[in-house]
Amino acid sequence: MGVAKYIKNERGAVTEVTYQSGIKVKPVYGPQDLEQAGFDYNNDLGAPGEFPFTRSLHPESYRSRAWTTRQYTGFGTPEETNKRFKLMIANGQTGLNVAFDLPTQMGYDSDHPLAQGEVGRVGMAIDSLKDFETAFAGIPLDRIGSGLTINAVATIMMAMYQAAAEKFGFKKEQISTTPQNDILKEMIGRGAWIFPVEHGVRLVGDSIEYAVKELPRSNPVSICGYHIRESGATPAQEIAYGFSIAKAYIDDVKDRGIDPSDFVGRFSFNFNVYGNLWEQIAKFRAARKLWAKMLRQDYGVTDKKKLWLRGLFGGGGSGLTKEQPENNIMRGAYYALGAALSGAQTTALCSFDEAYTIPTPRSALLSLRTLEMLMDEVGLRDTVDPLAGSYFIETLTLQMEEKIVEEMKEVEKWGGMVKSISNGFVQRKVSRQAYEYEKGLQSGEYRKVGVIPEGERQESAESDGTEKSDVELHEYNEEWAKHSISSLKEVRRTRNDKAVKDSLKALERAAKGKDNIMPCLVRCCHAYATVGEMTGVFRDVFGEWTEPDFY
Amino acid sequence: MKTTNKIRVLIAKPGLDGHDKGAKVVALALRDAGMEVIYSGLHQTLDQIIETAVQETVDVIGLSIMSGAHLPICEKLVAMMKENGLDGVHLSVGGVIPYQDIPKLKKMGVGAVFPGGTSFKKIVTGMNQLFD
Amino acid sequence: MPNPDDIRNIEDIRSGNKLSGARLIQLIEKSDPRAFKLLKALYPDAGNAFIIGITGAPGVGKSTLIDGLIETFREMDFKVAVICVDPTSPYSGGAILGDRLRMQRHVTDKGVFIRSMASRGHKGGLSRTTKDCSIVLDAMGYDIIIIESVGAGQAEFDMIKLAHSIGVVSIPGAGDGIQAVKAGILETADIFIVNKSDRPDADAAAESLKMMVNMRSFPQTQLLPKVYKTNALDKTGIKAVATAFLSHLKFMRQNGELTRKKNELERVYFQSLLEDLVMEKVFESMAVSKEVEAAVKRIGSHEINPISAAEEIADKILGV
Repeated sequence: MGVAKYIKNERGAVTEVTYQSGIKVKPVYGPQDLEQAGFDYNNDLGAPGEFPFTRSLHPESYRSRAWTTRQYTGFGTPEETNKRFKLMIANGQTGLNVAFDLPTQMGYDSDHPLAQGEVGRVGMAIDSLKDFETAFAGIPLDRIGSGLTINAVATIMMAMYQAAAEKFGFKKEQISTTPQNDILKEMIGRGAWIFPVEHGVRLVGDSIEYAVKELPRSNPVSICGYHIRESGATPAQEIAYGFSIAKAYIDDVKDRGIDPSDFVGRFSFNFNVYGNLWEQIAKFRAARKLWAKMLRQDYGVTDKKKLWLRGLFGGGGSGLTKEQPENNIMRGAYYALGAALSGAQTTALCSFDEAYTIPTPRSALLSLRTLEMLMDEVGLRDTVDPLAGSYFIETLTLQMEEKIVEEMKEVEKWGGMVKSISNGFVQRKVSRQAYEYEKGLQSGEYRKVGVIPEGERQESAESDGTEKSDVELHEYNEEWAKHSISSLKEVRRTRNDKAVKDSLKALERAAKGKDNIMPCLVRCCHAYATVGEMTGVFRDVFGEWTEPDFY
Repeated sequence: MKTTNKIRVLIAKPGLDGHDKGAKVVALALRDAGMEVIYSGLHQTLDQIIETAVQETVDVIGLSIMSGAHLPICEKLVAMMKENGLDGVHLSVGGVIPYQDIPKLKKMGVGAVFPGGTSFKKIVTGMNQLFD
Repeated sequence: MPNPDDIRNIEDIRSGNKLSGARLIQLIEKSDPRAFKLLKALYPDAGNAFIIGITGAPGVGKSTLIDGLIETFREMDFKVAVICVDPTSPYSGGAILGDRLRMQRHVTDKGVFIRSMASRGHKGGLSRTTKDCSIVLDAMGYDIIIIESVGAGQAEFDMIKLAHSIGVVSIPGAGDGIQAVKAGILETADIFIVNKSDRPDADAAAESLKMMVNMRSFPQTQLLPKVYKTNALDKTGIKAVATAFLSHLKFMRQNGELTRKKNELERVYFQSLLEDLVMEKVFESMAVSKEVEAAVKRIGSHEINPISAAEEIADKILGV
């Protein structure tokens, strides 16, 4: 995925290059290209750390600070998670990144029939405040921030985090939580949605509004172009749809009378890095510039810091191949190079055997070393935005900006992101592209090193020793489910039923009306209402979403 | 009036996992190979899958499973298919499936297994071969 | 496969067994000779269901609307069956039958049956096969049968051969009032539904339709078609549409229009069966194929023109 389309003549010379985003690339670029593209130093480039931030958010970028790397953790029970947290903190980690199991992500308790076989599998199982208390016991929540990879029930997890912190004696003003909380991308590319689109956005709006007023150290939304790209979007669409999603959230909160300047500074993004090197670099530079421009023009944000496109540029999963997995080590290095040349603040890299297994310590270490090498050994810290001024890169950045704007205009034509997703326009576009791309890869129209197209494969070819090794799955531990369910039963037995009932009733009233549901959720959490019960209220009031056509 | 025989395939994602790019892309490929594809979407329970297969008299139930739970799911579904009069219907599975599990699945009664990365051509051939 | 000589299968279908009913539908779709035997046996049990046709251009929200109608009708304790027809790809012959996706929440409801069918090259999507299937569902005991199909300008006419009451769904277009509503469709609709009525031009669209309706004259026996605004996504207006269909049914019962319609539908069905059977039998005959082959050769070498050739063979077949 992500490879450009190359057309070669009989002699093997490359006669045509077209990037996935639709941009055609010339053999040679010179000063006339900059002129033709209308390049203007002050409007389009400027100094690093100055509007429009094309070169970098900070004046000295990596010279002042190398990029930060993140490790995603998920474990079956809150007890085990707590142990892992303490270990990581002891090793100097300053932030936690929490994964939740699918039942929790989908708002079901561990004893729900749909939860069978999934409790604790891809992350921590959370049923009530009790589990949060166990997971975060002994963690200095005033010093350690927590990223929560949760979307549909992000409001519930945020409320629960606050309730847990309060139980430990911390004030909500002291804690720092960063829920992913991007429901619109779930509907395009990750599938962990529950409620219809408008209600999903309302919940995001509630959480942002609440964060502005009550959780000053928290970052309520992390918009993920990443998953949209994994589902088949082009690099330009990744940014375009990501920004259109951001607009949907900003507009929802703005309509409540809150000034965007009060919260956009706390948005962060999650973007992908696989594919053509130059296309990624141009994409990120154009994205930084467009975000700043958009916030200033459309929302009147002027404070420099609030115009920053903060985020993680990393991952790259879709670019890796099952065939000849060791090739993925090099691919990862090139993708990371792209991220470094783009000035990524934070990064992470999929491990080379990601197609087969959850990262082993060895492959996780290889990823880490890949990232370290760029910063510490081969010179990516030497100077800010080294490619600036390149005829090619500056022209390409301008063209990419145009493409992104074009794609955003299409979303506007469809009526905005909420309507586009409700009607399935984005999903359809992205699925079709994924299909066409996959066909192209299988037919040889697009080439990846080590992947032999169907028609060229020789049936009786001898193995060259780089045969696919088998997928390794983690054994599912039944104990996790048993443990969670018995813990849940205990909570149900010992809590005050009246307090739970009253708090759920209040939640229902707030959900039906226009009140912010967060304070009610905090109250429900304190009463030990379960995730299933709280989500159940939302399910009753909002209903469940049914996907539109994708073909 | 003569109508040609078409292969009817149900593409379903059981359970809570939401990664459906594979399912969607295979659905399109099967359509382009001349099959009639009933797409029942995400978050399907096994009951819903069985009921859909009954009402639509599908020739193949195609499951897309990324969660690693293919063995317990298929075992259960095969039993439910027998209970509901669907033993003439074929079962196929795609997704995150270790090669070593393929013989286990076949033994259970799964007719075709397509681990992630299987080409469209192989999937179509594999589906057609179920009827040989 | 159901055995036509096995009374149990007929009994099963009459008592609403979904597996048996679905299997018969499968036989019908495959043009299996056993299908007719069973259909004949079940025919007396059919004729009670209220058949509603829902048509409209792709993307107007028919499936979401039907999902809402199922909910409403079920609340009124009616058993509902739905036949969704989707277009077969002219290139591959395959199809994605995704309409049921929008109704999937009803899948385990014992009183609901949803069947997806591909148009298989039939212009407009609907065909005699759809009618055959509706007989099965009727015999199974469904009170209401909803047939959904894409109105491409021709399906409406086919819908006339199938349904007692037809709802045409449209959405507010950009500027020109109504999308895809042509003169022919106006005449077949009993109920107009303007969906996605949250759009700003929904009122204008509805008014435009009302005006067009008012410009026509209707016989006493026909109900003046009303225009309903719905927002299928949040269920606004769906109950009114459901009630409208039921009111139409009542109206038709009271003034004999329903009987007239049913007779007409039966006559049309008979005609279409006769045509299909004759065509099948004629072209299956070896003698005829030989004649046709020979004729094609003669046309090719310009010995005879196609018109004379066709006349000759037709006369031969009828023994003239």
